[in-house]
Amino acid sequence: MSILSTKHLLGIKDITTADIQLIFKTTDNFKQVINRPIKKVPSLRDVTIANIFFENSTRTKISFELAEKRLSADVVNFSSSGSSVKKGETLIDTVNNILAMKVDMVVMRHPAPGAHQFLARHIDANIVNAGDGTHEHPTQALLDAYSLQEKLGDLTDKKIAIVGDILHSRVALSNIYCLQKLGAKVRVCGPPTLLPKHIDGLGVEVSHNLQETLEWCDAANMLRIQLERQEDKYFPSLREYSLQYGVTLPMIKSLKKEIVLMHPGPINRGVEITSEVADSDQSIILNQVENGVAIRMAVLYLMASKNKDAE
Amino acid sequence: MKRIILEYEQVELILTRICHQLVEDHGYFENTAILALQPKGTPLGKALVKKLDTLFGIKATYGELDTTFHRDDFRRSDKLLIPNEVNIDFEIEKKRIILVDDVLYTGRSIRAALDAVNDYGRPASIDLVTLINRKYKREVPIQPDYVGEHIDSRTDDYVKVEWADDQCQVWIITDNDK
Repeated sequence: MSILSTKHLLGIKDITTADIQLIFKTTDNFKQVINRPIKKVPSLRDVTIANIFFENSTRTKISFELAEKRLSADVVNFSSSGSSVKKGETLIDTVNNILAMKVDMVVMRHPAPGAHQFLARHIDANIVNAGDGTHEHPTQALLDAYSLQEKLGDLTDKKIAIVGDILHSRVALSNIYCLQKLGAKVRVCGPPTLLPKHIDGLGVEVSHNLQETLEWCDAANMLRIQLERQEDKYFPSLREYSLQYGVTLPMIKSLKKEIVLMHPGPINRGVEITSEVADSDQSIILNQVENGVAIRMAVLYLMASKNKDAE
Repeated sequence: MKRIILEYEQVELILTRICHQLVEDHGYFENTAILALQPKGTPLGKALVKKLDTLFGIKATYGELDTTFHRDDFRRSDKLLIPNEVNIDFEIEKKRIILVDDVLYTGRSIRAALDAVNDYGRPASIDLVTLINRKYKREVPIQPDYVGEHIDSRTDDYVKVEWADDQCQVWIITDNDK
């Protein structure tokens, strides 16, 4: 098996199917590690990682930090609130100042799509995208696909639906790239106002009918309604949205086959899915969270070994 | 040049001898487990388990340990270190552990293994079985407790342990045709 084809993880679009498979194989090993009495390995003990978050995050940040600590890396955390960013410092100055303190890798979340590409051109450290605006969120897509593969086996020709706010979702775009690279068929489903124009250009099916989509798919990824990114009104009310696009238990029970349900979190309970569905046996939401740590350990491990090669 | 140093029959004799030595020291394996190192130590580990059963009717506890995350050449070697599966479904704590690997050379993988074992608990003791002990190139102070064959070889030689259907041959390959 070869090494990763890229020095940075900016998006799923830039990596190959072989990269994804390598990450998954390594994840299997790290999943073993995080399920044993001592959940820590010394691999990255000489690596320092900065987590730079220009946007709010709970689980991604905790997940990355845990992954880093379980690899024995040194970790520094930075969030834009309460920092010099508020004093007008530019992105590249902020990051260069952090790198001047001898940091090897940067995990960054930023509201501007492409912020990571910009950084990758200008700085030397490995960069992991932890979400850039409405563009990509590669580690989320990897953990989603990994969790699906655990449940469904090989994803070739499996039918996966991505439901909800596709327009504002970086998870959707990364998921589409990742699932397609693994051979799955992808359908997006949501109200026309929340589907980007020309989304069919990505080779996905488009539907506005939730019931029909659920009957079609093997698994459905229910995306969060991103109210914080919605400046205009995209639907009349949350209640109306959930009536049309919320998954309920009777709906799931009425299907001919058992489908897998995912949600990248945080859940708006009662909007995208009801509590009964979120807590049902068919939901793999907590598996996704567990796998998140293992996936991020694998990504950081593989990129750290790449680091030395590049020198 | 490629030269055979251990034939099938010789390896069989060696395995029988090591099994006797193990039973001498560990009795009927009431509190002892065999832990083979991934990936190259596992055929030897399995062969020992099988032999212990044939010779003494001992059903030895067997596990497989991977040391990749504990190696000291991560980020220092050109190769990507790909981890292997760990299979340990017993408690290491307070057990007597017999580590099994095919060739002992620099000793660094055993050093990593000693660290890796500790992640699963504190064993009562750790012994080391190796089929081939290549002398003169140890980089850390580690010595085997049970040895198949001691070999004096040059640094650029390569010792190849080849398993086919539970049978094993050992070759020494000099630098020209690795």
